[in-house]
Amino acid sequence: MSNRVINILVPIVSIIIGLIVGAIVMLVSGYDPVQGYLALWTGIFGDSYSIGNTIRQITPYILAGLAVAFAFRTGLFNIGVEGQLIIGWLAAAWVGYAFELPKIIHLPLALLAAAVAGAFWAFIAGFLKAKFKVHEVIATIMLNYTALYIANAVIKSLSDGGFKTERIQETASLRSPFLRELTDNSSLHYGIIVALIMVAVMWFILEKTPRGYELKAVGFNQHAAEYAGMSVNKNIILAMTISGMFAGLAGAMEALGTFQNAAIQAGFTGIGFDGIAVALLGANTPLGVIFGATLFGSLKYGALNMPNAAGIPEEIVSIIIALIIFFVASGYIIRVGLQKLSKKKEGQ
Amino acid sequence: MRKRKFGLVLSSVLAAGAILGACGAKDEEPEKEKDDVSKGDTPTEEAFSIAMVTDVGGIDDKSFNQSAWEGVQAYGKEHNLTEGDGGFAYLQSKDHSDYDPNLNALLRRDFNLVFGVGFMMADAIEAIALDNPEAKFALIDAEAKADNVVSVLFKEQEGAFLAGVAAAKMSQSGKIGFVGGVDIPVINRFHAGFVEGAKAVNPDIEIQVKYTGAFDKADLGKITANSMYSSGVDVIFHAAGGTGNGVFSEAKERKKKDPNANVWVIGVDADQYEEGKIDDTTNITLTSMLKGVNAAVVDISNKAKNGEFPGGTTITYGLAEDGVKLADSRGAIPEDVQAVIDEYKTKIVSGEIVVPEKVEK
Repeated sequence: MSNRVINILVPIVSIIIGLIVGAIVMLVSGYDPVQGYLALWTGIFGDSYSIGNTIRQITPYILAGLAVAFAFRTGLFNIGVEGQLIIGWLAAAWVGYAFELPKIIHLPLALLAAAVAGAFWAFIAGFLKAKFKVHEVIATIMLNYTALYIANAVIKSLSDGGFKTERIQETASLRSPFLRELTDNSSLHYGIIVALIMVAVMWFILEKTPRGYELKAVGFNQHAAEYAGMSVNKNIILAMTISGMFAGLAGAMEALGTFQNAAIQAGFTGIGFDGIAVALLGANTPLGVIFGATLFGSLKYGALNMPNAAGIPEEIVSIIIALIIFFVASGYIIRVGLQKLSKKKEGQ
Repeated sequence: MRKRKFGLVLSSVLAAGAILGACGAKDEEPEKEKDDVSKGDTPTEEAFSIAMVTDVGGIDDKSFNQSAWEGVQAYGKEHNLTEGDGGFAYLQSKDHSDYDPNLNALLRRDFNLVFGVGFMMADAIEAIALDNPEAKFALIDAEAKADNVVSVLFKEQEGAFLAGVAAAKMSQSGKIGFVGGVDIPVINRFHAGFVEGAKAVNPDIEIQVKYTGAFDKADLGKITANSMYSSGVDVIFHAAGGTGNGVFSEAKERKKKDPNANVWVIGVDADQYEEGKIDDTTNITLTSMLKGVNAAVVDISNKAKNGEFPGGTTITYGLAEDGVKLADSRGAIPEDVQAVIDEYKTKIVSGEIVVPEKVEK
């Protein structure tokens, strides 16, 4: 088997194994796996409403995945996407309701505010890393908590002791009556277009600009890059900032699309952390991130339908979904297995 | 060669898909038949089906959501309904983004009345109610502005007042505690009533207050209870859903270590006597402030079934309506204290005492 065939086979085989193990879990706990997977399938693709909501769920995952992937490519582990997302969410919601502007200015302004806010939050970690060698993992984890509680405090004071900001103005909303009608009142919004544009932006920065080449070079080998005359510190700060920009936009998707406001959160949204898995599944490439986000978003949204249509309890569903992702993530094992298999055949 | 192998894989995947699809189709048919049979059994009236969407606590939070689910089940039993389509059902929300899809999912299964349980769900219910003017909704603990939504509120402050009286009377240290969930108006009402009640019987009492910020984090509840008990508090009233389960486990640990310790918890929403049970003779649940979510669910479902759906209105259940009350203490509260509690209860019901909804700052 050639490498190309293996490359295509690995994700397919991993998903199938994941589904089989998930089915065993359902059988053992006394549920019908066929019903379960049909419920999952219709939950994702069943009708226009489900498809709309699935795409809506995928959108922030793409952006969170891009944020993590971009940092990885430059040798940084941005575990702080969650915090950057929360700050971006807050910024977008605030700009969304506090200003009255025509849509053509308001919406881009709100998106920009989220991008800048997220970028700033990541910049802090990048700056600390570049200047004081503070490891970005520690800095970003701590900044996650800081972001969560600062956002909660700000929301509280903005809303006079309430638990959510005012609803954003229509002019800042990513939602549209057209999409709602098309998808039977789902909460699909135009954010997916923003996300796809950002996929192109990341590809362009990394592959088509000298700056992107430098960023990647720093990622491959810091010392070699420095020896070649590149400023490592500058590139670290820049990489974190761009990564944070993607994360901030992911927050804007929630603020301007899904929720139309920012509410006090008891804990993390999880999107930022899932973004790490999305990026790794997608091998840190822009197109791969789309694949990873689609898998994550579909499973997460489709899983809601399993208790609904097949009566499988939430907890079992969580186990099944985790198993599928687990097997997809451990694609390396399957790759080795496939290679051995094909070698044996060739030997005969 | 390569191409042929790839084709083989592709076709086997397709075949698997077709087999799966076939299985699905087979499974659906008998179900339809089943439906027909069950319809044949009850030709007299079409069942009025109800369903609910939980808040993040889930139906086994031993408190608010569970109480609502018990109401749904009770209604189902009353009218011989079975769980599932055309009967009764629930869906759990794991976070805020689940409200909307869950509510819509139940609508699509044609339930006649859908309950949204929890303050946080107001926006989602309102939006969906406006999109689906034919559907009927009930929202518990918040108000929604739509003609097809009935909003259900409770005077938690009145029940909490009595809990405050009980706590202040039972405390030996003069220190009592309140553990709240998220800092929202509903929980503020518990808080305000508790403080008022405690101060009414002991103006000098020290009341420690902590909002944990979550309804589903038992670990936070445990830590909070630990710091309160450690500082001398001996009665804690929790209004924190699943977070409150941590308060119980902390109290039980303390009581187990030192059987003479004066450690009490006042439960919330449902009768949490079982939660405080250590063994047959020891229980740290002083009483519970019952919030009649289950009764309200049954009440509204029956009204809607009989064509008297009070859409667009807000129904408030207080002490006078038996919507809130204290649970049987099973002897934990001595008679003299109970007498004081009953006295205040009469005063509140008669309107002599009006309990504020917000804590005075």
